[in-house]
Amino acid sequence: MSVSPRNVLQPVARVPYRGVRDTVFHGKPLAPVTEFPAPHVAEPVVPKVALDGISLRYRTTSGEGLLALDNISLEVEAGEFLCVVGPSGCGKSTLLHLIAGLQPQTSGTVLVDGKPVQGPGTDRILIFQELGLFPWLTVGGNVEFGLKMKNVPKAEREEKVQHLLRLVQLSKFRDSYIHQLSGGMRQRVALARALATGPDVLLMDEPFAALDAQTRDLLHDELERIWAETGCTIIFVTHNVREAARLADRVALLTFRPGRVKEEFRVNLPRPRHMEHPDVTRMARTILDCLREEINKSLEVEYADEKAR
Amino acid sequence: MKKLAKQVIFYSALIAIWTLLAKLRIWPPYLFPPPWGVGHALWDGFADHSFWIGIAVTMKRMLIGYSLSVMLGMVLGLGVSSSKFLEETVGGLLVSLQSLPSICWIPLAVLWFGLTEKAILFVVLMGSLLSVTIAMEDGRKQMPKIYSMAGRNLGASGFRLFWSVLLPASLPFIVNGMKQGWAFAWRSLIQAEMIFLSLGLGQLLMMGRDLSDMSQVLAVMILIIILGYMVDGLIFRTMERRLQEKYGLTPA
Repeated sequence: MSVSPRNVLQPVARVPYRGVRDTVFHGKPLAPVTEFPAPHVAEPVVPKVALDGISLRYRTTSGEGLLALDNISLEVEAGEFLCVVGPSGCGKSTLLHLIAGLQPQTSGTVLVDGKPVQGPGTDRILIFQELGLFPWLTVGGNVEFGLKMKNVPKAEREEKVQHLLRLVQLSKFRDSYIHQLSGGMRQRVALARALATGPDVLLMDEPFAALDAQTRDLLHDELERIWAETGCTIIFVTHNVREAARLADRVALLTFRPGRVKEEFRVNLPRPRHMEHPDVTRMARTILDCLREEINKSLEVEYADEKAR
Repeated sequence: MKKLAKQVIFYSALIAIWTLLAKLRIWPPYLFPPPWGVGHALWDGFADHSFWIGIAVTMKRMLIGYSLSVMLGMVLGLGVSSSKFLEETVGGLLVSLQSLPSICWIPLAVLWFGLTEKAILFVVLMGSLLSVTIAMEDGRKQMPKIYSMAGRNLGASGFRLFWSVLLPASLPFIVNGMKQGWAFAWRSLIQAEMIFLSLGLGQLLMMGRDLSDMSQVLAVMILIIILGYMVDGLIFRTMERRLQEKYGLTPA
């Protein structure tokens, strides 16, 4: 076996994987990000999240069961932004629940930092599609919740909540209740609440699906900024391919029932990106071409159900 | 303001019609007293303290019986809703028992406890316990699952999950159960008080009948309506509306 001299002579500094990105972000210079060489150099990097042959079968009344996820294997590097796209009903939300440890899979393992996931943990926080903000608590109370459960002392909690609310630009609304906020503001509260416990992995389940286009664009910018500031790993589920092309380092496409990884796309476009940028649009188109087949399948099943009635 | 004006007009009209009918003397005054006759009866009742005593005695029973049934009902409701086995066995029994009007417990209560305070409290308890239990059980089932998932996701478990998430999340349902329990307890109590000498409002009502004093009967009926409405309509409904608003169950 021959060892490539390049590998021996040039040990590469291990930096969190960041994809290709600008060194200037929102006008502020970022810490220099080394261009990531290739993953096959140096010792093997343990992926932040690894799904190893995940399957999930639901029990149904007919007895045979519904296979929702079929042998999914995926690896996510630390600091990577992965988008999971797929037609509705492909089990992409379920996948997040499995990673969050809120639901057990039928077979396979979820590994975080190489250790199997057993139940929920505050190193992985899921932002639900419906958010699940606590209406009986104020904005501040919601953000503080995770810290309280961790028994963080009051002074420290106070400071952290203030910092987080500033991060999502909601400082003025600290004492408001959830029902007094707009949809976009609620999203930001959910984001702040999720970030409070300092998770390494942020799991987001179609968080911006119900928002109007302007609000969503703003939140994309904010999410990208917060991702850069915190350096966390994000797994983001969406059915919107343009959103995926706008945000992701890599896009994984799931098939319709049972969910399998059909294709992966690397999005090597400079950041910050714009949804309207031709490169982003082109990328979205590429993904959509691949996705369309699955959407058609899901529609066929829906129509077949309709006819069977 | 508009609503208040409408209500004032409506009740004025009602009293006017009542006055007119009384003035026409279609029925003898001892069967159909005029409004001022009832007003007099109310005045006299408060003046000789019999109404004050009646209200005090009834409210005391209400507080004891109702608190008992709320506490027991919550425990039972939580228990029944947390186990499939209990739900299918005890739950079914509770629903079928609810079809029994609470007044049907009176013969049993009198035989067991005699003509005592205990018998009345027992009837109140049986009258409202079931509805509190069922409301609690429903509440726990209807509580959106997402709150418990979000709580677990953020690191809550065991007692803290129950205390900081499940309990507040089911608060609107708990209040609803308490409201229903109150309405049932109130009805059962007045019914039970009518059966034997008990000093409460129910007995004052029966006393009016025994004395053929229609004014007193109507006066006590009005008293029962006002007291019941004050608690149910003002306290509980306001609480419920505020909670629903806060919890986003109705468009605020």
